[in-house]
Amino acid sequence: MSAAVSQKYGPPFKTNWWVRAGWTLAFLYALYAANYLDVSWVRFIQGLGNGGQFLSEMVPIDFSRWKLLVENLIETIEIAIIASAFGVFFSLPIGLLAARNLMPSWVTWVFRTFIALCRSFHPVIFAILFVKAVGFGPLAGILTLIFASIGFIGKLFAEAIEEISLKPIEALRASGAPFISVILYGVLPQVLNRFIGFSSYQFDANLRNSTMVGIVGAGGIGGTLFAAFQRFDYDFLATILISIIALVMVSEFISVQIKKVFQ
Amino acid sequence: MSSASNHTWNRFTLAQRLARFTVFLGFAVALSASLRTVEVIPEFLYDAPTQVIDLLGRMWPLDLSYYPGGIHDAMVETLHIATLGTLLAIVLAVPVGIMGANNIVRLPLLNWLAKLILVSSRSVNSLVWALLFVAIFGPGPLAGTVCIGFRSVGFVGKLFAEALEEVNPGPVEALTAAGAPWPSVFLKGYWPQVVPAFWAIFLFRWDINVRESAVIGLVGAGGVGMVLDTALNLFYWDRVSVILLSIFTVVVLAELLVTKIRKHII
Amino acid sequence: MASTRSIRVENLVKEYTAGKPVLNDISFTVSGKASVAIIGPSGTGKSTLIRCVNKLIPPTAGNVYVSDENITELSGKALRQARRKIGMVFQEFNLVERLSVMENVLSGRLGYVSPWRAWLRKYPQQDIDRAFELLESIGLIDFFRQRADSLSGGQRQRVGIARAIMQEPHVLLADEPTSSLDPKTSVEIMELLVALSEERGIPLIINIHDVELAKRFTSRVIGLSKGGIVYDGSPSALTNEHLKEIYGGEDWLQ
Ligand SMILES: Nc1ncnc2c1ncn2[C@@H]1O[C@H](COP(=O)(O)OP(=O)(O)OP(=O)(O)O)[C@@H](O)[C@H]1O
Ligand SMILES: [Mg+2]
Repeated sequence: MSAAVSQKYGPPFKTNWWVRAGWTLAFLYALYAANYLDVSWVRFIQGLGNGGQFLSEMVPIDFSRWKLLVENLIETIEIAIIASAFGVFFSLPIGLLAARNLMPSWVTWVFRTFIALCRSFHPVIFAILFVKAVGFGPLAGILTLIFASIGFIGKLFAEAIEEISLKPIEALRASGAPFISVILYGVLPQVLNRFIGFSSYQFDANLRNSTMVGIVGAGGIGGTLFAAFQRFDYDFLATILISIIALVMVSEFISVQIKKVFQ
Repeated sequence: MSSASNHTWNRFTLAQRLARFTVFLGFAVALSASLRTVEVIPEFLYDAPTQVIDLLGRMWPLDLSYYPGGIHDAMVETLHIATLGTLLAIVLAVPVGIMGANNIVRLPLLNWLAKLILVSSRSVNSLVWALLFVAIFGPGPLAGTVCIGFRSVGFVGKLFAEALEEVNPGPVEALTAAGAPWPSVFLKGYWPQVVPAFWAIFLFRWDINVRESAVIGLVGAGGVGMVLDTALNLFYWDRVSVILLSIFTVVVLAELLVTKIRKHII
Repeated sequence: MASTRSIRVENLVKEYTAGKPVLNDISFTVSGKASVAIIGPSGTGKSTLIRCVNKLIPPTAGNVYVSDENITELSGKALRQARRKIGMVFQEFNLVERLSVMENVLSGRLGYVSPWRAWLRKYPQQDIDRAFELLESIGLIDFFRQRADSLSGGQRQRVGIARAIMQEPHVLLADEPTSSLDPKTSVEIMELLVALSEERGIPLIINIHDVELAKRFTSRVIGLSKGGIVYDGSPSALTNEHLKEIYGGEDWLQ
């Protein structure tokens, strides 16, 4: 009796063959790719030996060149601040002009393409090109991070605007408000919190990235970091890495506080 | 009627205005201090447009014939690094993520350790990770794969831990109450609920990793970045432009693929 | 003021797709202390009609005069300035939820104040005084600092009305102002609209689905059906026969 009922509905839990096949495929792929890339267990174990050596050379960390370190950190922070300020400043109009619910399509097309271009390349590629264009130093880093910021904030901001309610905008237009006032009263209040969120996130990202652009010569602590690597100066390297992590954590803490003010 | 006319009206209360003013002042001071002390030579900025035009001129006739022999294999390598590295990140993230979820592991010290691992993975840039692993494993895709794995574990682990914390406790409690050992509580209680999030996180990170694995070669960690580095060092600008174009194409295709799969799954 | 405030619609036609008019040859005039209800089935074009008046939707043909100024032929800045004379009240209130009640009321002045001053919230003191007076008279003075999304539906609609009045309009348009509200609040909102219209001599046009409310509060009813006016007269003369003609069928009249 009850067996007949069970038969009617089949097994109570569906064996999900797709999922199993997926896992098997992923596993087989990992084997294949590891082989292709010549990633082998032996090399890995060898590497771990080097890694132990590497770590042991890092301690005790070297604070004797703290002056250089502080100078570099300050330059890194400066790059991040300037790039974030200009990046945010440009993202606001660019994001607005890319929002398809407010602007005619030929305008949004232009700005969406621009944003897509800013996003598709890794910042380090921009850094290389800007170093060629404006020479070594923080200027190249600043320009790089401005473009990275526009790519990130511009896109998210445009998407946030596309999600707003158009009702208050209809009301403001009906009252004869000029376009800029409609933006100021109808659009910005609806997206300002998110914009501040994106911006403070981007400031953190810029700080992290400004430690990187130096590797290709675009200013900041990255250059010193790279030099420490090349000179096998691992105890100083450890100091640099620790200070970068500390810097990022401090800035994350500050941006949480700032967000509270603008709640 | 006239009593109302005596009102003044301000948008924020005094405390709010003070807090905002402080933040704005802080920004303004930081920005102007930075602008004044940073070592920027304005002449270089004015010169930039000419330099950019010059650069573009040298890039222009693309040396497309370079792709099949010079770029293709490196590009395939890049994609493998991205994929394998993401898988590695997930393998690493499971233990770290579980360690960090305070509703599974109830030891604050372990939770804290997991958070530390996650934070340093994210705050150290992928190029820096690449440098580290090139120093350890020597140049090549092994260093690249491990780099991508380590760099991603923070991101994957964080999202994974969030997904775990959102798990509906009902089934878990039922299993625990039935006296199931904790591995089977995890496999039957948590796992089915987080699998969709798991795949979404994988796709999301893979997309990012395609971009990253294209550049870590600049410091020797394998993939198309190494080809780019060579072309840059030798000033083969017509090759640089082809490499950039192929990176762009692959990145766009990867993004399209991910969008498509995600629509299919969700 | 020299002449009374008025609105005149002449031979208005609106087609969303060519050859299929939603509104066909609509004409009527309202002036002074008059309140007019526009009734008609869903989809017959009431909202379209009201939005053609301030050219939020451009009419296909015909003219609309507000206090003898032809709105239809205006555009750009001139149109914006003319829109200040047309107050509008919406079914879903259309407030800026994240701004305070005061900011919402003052946003009725945006057509008069430069964007720069609007951004800094530097409104002329007389605007602020008027806003306070209005908030007092509609019973929301205690709420002026609160955000609009913390208010109830009836309170929000009052804010919406205050915003429209701040424009010092020559005509007040309301598109189903009570459809999102409970019956008691609906009556209060209708009372407020009619009172303000009479007190200030502003002609009032209300789109409304509730025929009883329309009859109770307005001095004239226009019945729309299939894009044309099928009834235009006093509420008391509106019979079931007319309603049958406007809405079609008769079972619902029981
Ligand atoms: N933007 C538009 N594009 C095309 N057709 C539209 C548009 N807006 C409205 N319509 C059509 O015009 C007709 C009238 O719409 P309208 O919203 O004016 O009706 P209504 O009388 O206000 O209805 P309701 O009582 O439900 O509010 C409807 O058939 C609608 O489908
Ligand atoms: Mg309508």
